[in-house]
Amino acid sequence: MTAMKQARRLRKATVNSFINYAIVIAAFIILQILLGQDMISNSIQSMLVPVCCYIVMAVSLNLTVGILGELSLGHAGFMSLGAFSGIIVSTALKDVVAAEPLRLLIAMLVGAVMGGIGGVIVGLPVLRLRGDYLAIVTLAFGEIIKNVIMVLYVGIDSDGLHMATKEANLVLAEDGVAIIKGPMGAVGVTKIASFTAGFILILVTLFVVQNLVDSRAGRAILSLRDNRIAAESCGINVTKYKLMAFVVSAVLAGAAGALYGLNYSSTVASKFDFNTSILVLVYVVLGGLGSIRGSIIAAAILTLLPEMSFMRSSSLKDYRMLLYAVILILVMLASNNPTLRRAFGAVGKKFKSSKKQEGGAAQ
Amino acid sequence: MKKFIAMLMAAAMMMAMVACGNTASNNGNSSNNGGSADEGGSTDGTVVIRIGGIGPLTGDNAVYGVATQLGAQVAVDEINALGGPIQFEYNFQDDTGVAETAVSAYNTLKDWEADIIYGCTTTGPSVTISAETYADRYFQLTPSASSTDVTAGKDNVFQMCFTDPNQGVTAADYISANSLGSKIGVIYNNGDAYSTGIAEAFIAHAEEIGLEVVATETYPSDKNTDYNVQLNACKDAGADLVFLPIYYSPASLILAQASAMGYAPTFFGADGMDGILTMDGFDASLAEGLMLMTPFNADATDDATVNFVESYKELSDGVIPNQFAADGYDCIYAIYAALQNIEGLADMDHEALCEALIAAFTAEDFSVDGLTGSGMSWSTSGEISKDPVVVVIQDGAYVTM
Repeated sequence: MTAMKQARRLRKATVNSFINYAIVIAAFIILQILLGQDMISNSIQSMLVPVCCYIVMAVSLNLTVGILGELSLGHAGFMSLGAFSGIIVSTALKDVVAAEPLRLLIAMLVGAVMGGIGGVIVGLPVLRLRGDYLAIVTLAFGEIIKNVIMVLYVGIDSDGLHMATKEANLVLAEDGVAIIKGPMGAVGVTKIASFTAGFILILVTLFVVQNLVDSRAGRAILSLRDNRIAAESCGINVTKYKLMAFVVSAVLAGAAGALYGLNYSSTVASKFDFNTSILVLVYVVLGGLGSIRGSIIAAAILTLLPEMSFMRSSSLKDYRMLLYAVILILVMLASNNPTLRRAFGAVGKKFKSSKKQEGGAAQ
Repeated sequence: MKKFIAMLMAAAMMMAMVACGNTASNNGNSSNNGGSADEGGSTDGTVVIRIGGIGPLTGDNAVYGVATQLGAQVAVDEINALGGPIQFEYNFQDDTGVAETAVSAYNTLKDWEADIIYGCTTTGPSVTISAETYADRYFQLTPSASSTDVTAGKDNVFQMCFTDPNQGVTAADYISANSLGSKIGVIYNNGDAYSTGIAEAFIAHAEEIGLEVVATETYPSDKNTDYNVQLNACKDAGADLVFLPIYYSPASLILAQASAMGYAPTFFGADGMDGILTMDGFDASLAEGLMLMTPFNADATDDATVNFVESYKELSDGVIPNQFAADGYDCIYAIYAALQNIEGLADMDHEALCEALIAAFTAEDFSVDGLTGSGMSWSTSGEISKDPVVVVIQDGAYVTM
């Protein structure tokens, strides 16, 4: 009986994972067809890559916040690490690696590694502690990264990479270019990010996160969230599993950052501030803690919403950010309204019974 | 709850799809006429030029974005009221001062089939957008993005304001020529490209011409509220002139805190200082003797300025225009002047218009008289050439030195 139950539960999780893949792939195919037909406006086209980045950010943060149950307020810091290291690598390899997709891949891998290193540095001491220390330290971490990059001058010439903390100290040979110019950020970046790369990154993220959650390690991580003492008494190494989830989350954020940085010709460090971290956290919370599908949908819609053509039309554009805030509040209120919830719960039950055990699994 | 969110998201997505579809179909229809400049109907010989503006209307820098938006609006209204053969349509989109949002604002304007891009107000988004307009061949004129990175390597981007290094050098020269101070202290925001750009050029040039800089103090963000450390360092170094290449809101705190600690050097600001006198809750007597470089003085009595200030106040519920608004006003008139030198406007798409405007702006005999200077002309690098003006605040008003 229990074995059967377990088999069914696993299958349910697998089905659920495949629904997520299917949604992403279907969205990609539809968008590609529309793009081919020239049916998508310029403003939506320009949002495709950032939306992919925010989806990856939201899913990876969900791993820390929803699945591990630790509050991280510095997710944009890892994105920043990834973005700037990706930009440096991409610029440095411009002559060595001519193929843009390959260069993008290398940049994203380096971004991921840098994000991971940041994750280990933050996580190793802090995840040993109990309480809200991770929130405080990640908050500080994000600010530190921002301020460090703001005073950093990085350039490259035939002798290799040069770094300085003052513009005057950055002495480059004649063939040299400054890549990062302190508060100006990275300027003159060759844009090599593509929607396809964003799509693949989302699939990789889903693959990593969903398989991690469904694995033995994932069950350990879930048990830590639900009851740390009970988990510890079962012999689960708390720090190891916490670190595992946290670092995976940071690695993915680093890769997303590299993709984001290489989508714009210039990027400033102040973009990756506390506000961006909170924005991603909002996607996770509104999408539902622990719900990967929710994170994907919330990130996509909430990123696109303020940029939709009706929000930028002449009648509404002055109230754009106000409307956006009101919509966020309404969504939050509505999702906590017991009457509405009961009504939708009834609909959901009907839907479920007609679809047997297939639908609505791990939402 | 999660179910409900999912349903809501689905509903929102449907809405998004519908909205998407609308734009897409609009786009499809209008792309037939190639997005040329003559959509306004050239039956009566008028040409309608669409100017798309970008700047922060919300967020930290909104005060500057709104000023550039309304300043240009005044000019557009005036030109359209003339009823000449060139009429403007004007659409200003919010970028919240962030490059990512600026890109989508820019693309919204592309969907609107803008012919000319006016903006961005702030430097960071401008650097990003200028790379886009360069690739897409739109003519771009920015009222106030002053970094050299905005124009570097892009033939289609022009500035109405002074560049940062230019301001730093001018300030150092002016201080030296008028021997305003022998020991100079500099306080600047090293988290801001504008402030850092001016300060570094100032310090480098001061060294060249033999001005002694005794203290270089920084702070990381304009949200800083305590400047006693920086002021004390300047005081201890014996600085008798403090150069403040910063915006007016932190400057107002610096002036107040210097006064409280009994430190009274000469303060010298750049164009970001403009607006300090109209700041809410600021004791204007603290700014007495403050020098700043600004190309625009709202108290000037010439007809052009008086008319502009009046029209601007009507649009802005009584707010007095600052230098950003005047730069915006001049931008539209500069574009208007250049358009009048172009023949065959009606048949031009934005790419042809871009090339024609570049030629018109860099023509040797092209110059514009505006609120922020007379005889303004542009080099091929996109930098403006006009006379810098230094004013000193006396009795709560600007006095040109």
